Amino acid sequence: MKQNTPAERLYNGIIRENPTFVLMLGMCPTLAVTTSAINGVGMGLSTCAVLMMSNLIISLLRKFIPDRVRMPAYIVVVASFVTVVELLMQAYVRSVYTALGLYIPLIVVNCIILGRAESYAGKNPPIASFFDGLGMGLGFTLALTVIGAVRELLGSGEIFGIHVMPEGFEPVSIMVMAPGAFFVLSVLTALQNKFKAPSATNKGDKFCSGACAGCMQKDCGLRERSDEE
Amino acid sequence: MSNQLNVSISPHIRSRETTATVMADVIIALLPSVIVGVWVFGARAFAITMLSVTTCVASEYIYEKLLKKPITVTDLSAVVTGLILAVNLYSTAPWWLPVLGGAFAIIVVKMLYGGIGQNFMNPALAARCFLLLSFSRIMTDYPTLDGVSSPTPLVLAKQGEIVPIRDLLLGTHSGTIGETSAIAIIIGAVYLCAKGVIKPREPLAVILSTGVFVTFFSVIQGKPVTLNYLAVQMLGGGMLLGAVFMASDYATTPVTPWGQVIFGCCVGFITALIRCVGNGVEGVSYAIIISNLLTPAIEKLTVPRPFGVKKEGGGK
Repeated sequence: MKQNTPAERLYNGIIRENPTFVLMLGMCPTLAVTTSAINGVGMGLSTCAVLMMSNLIISLLRKFIPDRVRMPAYIVVVASFVTVVELLMQAYVRSVYTALGLYIPLIVVNCIILGRAESYAGKNPPIASFFDGLGMGLGFTLALTVIGAVRELLGSGEIFGIHVMPEGFEPVSIMVMAPGAFFVLSVLTALQNKFKAPSATNKGDKFCSGACAGCMQKDCGLRERSDEE
Repeated sequence: MSNQLNVSISPHIRSRETTATVMADVIIALLPSVIVGVWVFGARAFAITMLSVTTCVASEYIYEKLLKKPITVTDLSAVVTGLILAVNLYSTAPWWLPVLGGAFAIIVVKMLYGGIGQNFMNPALAARCFLLLSFSRIMTDYPTLDGVSSPTPLVLAKQGEIVPIRDLLLGTHSGTIGETSAIAIIIGAVYLCAKGVIKPREPLAVILSTGVFVTFFSVIQGKPVTLNYLAVQMLGGGMLLGAVFMASDYATTPVTPWGQVIFGCCVGFITALIRCVGNGVEGVSYAIIISNLLTPAIEKLTVPRPFGVKKEGGGK
C-alpha cells in the first residue's frame, strides 16, 4: 500500500499499529475506563477527536514550532482540544461525562496523542496527519470497545446496557473491577500471538508486522529501509 | 521440575521424600478437617470437596495435554490445591463455584506462571479471593446448622457476643467446610510437624502475631479485649486453616527460618488490620496472598550467611 495516503493511514492506525493492541500505548485509560462497552466508545471517540484535531494543528504548525520547545507547544495544542471536548461532553453527553470523570482531562497526557504528535504529525503534511489521527483514534476506540464489551458481558451480563446473558448467569463482578481489565487485555494479547496477528510481542522477521514504532528489534533491516524513504 | 538440573559437589544425601510424598502428607493432614466438615454440614460438603479436587486435577491434566507438556498430576499438588479451595468454601455453594474456582486456581494462578513451584501466589487462596470478589453474596452465604441460620463466630465476636470455646474446638458452628473445628486442624498440624513437612514456627508466628496485633488495635481503638474475643480471633474463621496449610506453602512463602517468622508476622498484622480496623470479619486469605507478594523481599532480607564468610559491608 502506498505510504501516507489517507487509506493507508487508517489501515495503519486501526490494524497494523493499533495503539492498544500493538503499540501498547495509553494503557491507563485502557485499563481504567473499560468497565462497559459504552464507556469504551466514549473514551475512544473523545480521544479520537482530540487526536485528529491536534495532529492537524501540530502538522500545520510544524515549520513554526522551534525544535527545542516542541513538547510544551504540543501540550498547549492538545490541552486546548481536550478542554473543548470536555466542555462539549459535559453539555451533550452528560452520562458518559460522569462515567469517565477524571479520565477526560487526563487525555492531555495520553501517550498516544503525544506519541503521534512527536513521531508523525511533527514531520508529515496536514492531510496525512489528520488521517493518521483518525486511524489511531478509531483503532483506540475499537480496542476499548472490545475490551469494554467483554468485561461488561462477563461482569454484568450485558452489552451496551442490554441484558444478553441467560437468566441463571451469575455476573463475575471481578471482571468490572481492576483485575478484570488485566485478564481481558492479557487474554486478547495471547490470542493475537496465537494467531500471529500484529502484536507488541511478535518479534523477528517471521512476526514482523511492519509496525516499526512499537518494535523492539534493534538490528532489523526494515527500520533502516523505512528511515531512508 | 524435571527440567531443572542441579549440579553440585559430592557427597550427596538422597532423600526418599518426593513432591508426591509431601503432598500426600498434606492431604492426610487435611482429612480430619474435611471429615469434620462433612459430619457438620452433611453430604453436600463432601460433594463440593470432590468437585473441587476433580476440577483441579482435570484442569491441570487438560492444560498440560493441550500444551503438550509433561503431565504432572501424579505429584498430587493439584489434589492439595483442590482440597484447600474446598475447605475454604461454604457447603451452600452452587456446584459451579468450586469448578470455576478450581479451574482459575490451576490454570491462571499456577500453570500460566509455569506450574508447580513457579507460582508466586497460593493458587487456592487466589481462587478464593477471586470468587469472593466476584460473587460476594454467594461466598458469604453461611450455611444453617440444625435449621437455624447462625452467623460465623467471627461475625458474632465482632458484634460483641461471647462464643462458646467448646464449639470452636469441636467445629459445631457455622463456617466454611474445613475451618470450623480447631481440634481437627491442630491434629493435622501436629501430623505435619511430626513428619517434618512444616516447621511449627510458621503457623505459630501467624497465630501469635494475630493475637498481639488484634490486642494492639483494640487497645488503640479503646475496645475492651476479653479472653474470649482473643480466642475467637485466634481460633475462629480461616485463621488456623490459613496458618497451618497456606502460610506454610513451599512455593509462595520464604524458605529462610527468620523469613518464615517475618512472613507470619506480616500475615498476622494484615489480618488484624482487616478484622479490627477494616470492615471485614475475615481477612486471613487476603493477608496471606498480600504477604505472598512480599516473599521475595523477605527472603532477600534474611539470606543466611554462609559458613566461614564474614559479614558483608565495607566493600566487596
